[in-house]
Amino acid sequence: MILTNVNSVPGKKIVEHFGIVQGSTVRAKHVGRDFMAGLKNLIGGELKGYTELLQESREEATNRMAEQAEQMGANAVVNIRYATSSVAQGAAELFAYGTAVRVE
Amino acid sequence: MADLILQSLDLIIFLSLVILGYISGSMAEKKHYRSIIQREKELLKLPVLTAEGSFRAGLVKESVLVTGSAVISIDYFKRLMAVLRNLFGGRVKAYESLLDRARREAILRMKAEAKSRGAAIVVNMRLETAAIGKNADRKRQLGSVEAVAYGTAVIYNPR
Repeated sequence: MILTNVNSVPGKKIVEHFGIVQGSTVRAKHVGRDFMAGLKNLIGGELKGYTELLQESREEATNRMAEQAEQMGANAVVNIRYATSSVAQGAAELFAYGTAVRVE
Repeated sequence: MADLILQSLDLIIFLSLVILGYISGSMAEKKHYRSIIQREKELLKLPVLTAEGSFRAGLVKESVLVTGSAVISIDYFKRLMAVLRNLFGGRVKAYESLLDRARREAILRMKAEAKSRGAAIVVNMRLETAAIGKNADRKRQLGSVEAVAYGTAVIYNPR
């Protein structure tokens, strides 16, 4: 599966379009991480636990999107976009969407 | 004396949090900026475009999506300064540096991933920012921000 966020796959020709595919995941972190993040909120700096969590979730959203594309018979997803939103206290939604295509 | 201390305990806690935030926050920021500038120099050779770019046939071996993200939090002192700034208006420097750090760190991580895959260029880079954590739904103040940078890393054929 080739994933790109440009309109085409560089160096390859798109032969078929399958439409939009998407993947999303909502994640919350455990209390320990939340507590540490609370402390970090006082002293400032990077919240490593959150960075990891969001990175993992983004990968999962991307995988779900890729799975959906595979079911359609596509071998690439182009024009991928990411979005993050905080749906509730302590939970975040990661969303990935793109266009499933078949390339030569 | 003990009574007085007990009475002003709230104030003492508040002041010590402000001082702690000021000292550790500015130290962390300086350290982070030093590391950002150093790594930016190291990765200068890898160009990143926000445009799509076109490649001649046979040049491209592979293209992959690369991402980088960072969640950075503001310290107690700066948060207080930002709340005060809300009263008078004007540039909120505390948040400017917070967002700047988060974005530059995210771009650096994306470039590092692209470099480890042997990419020659990253095209169509996009940046996304979101407020994360407890204060995310509060309009008045911002706790921590997440910046995501993503783009397509293009790997050339060996000549």
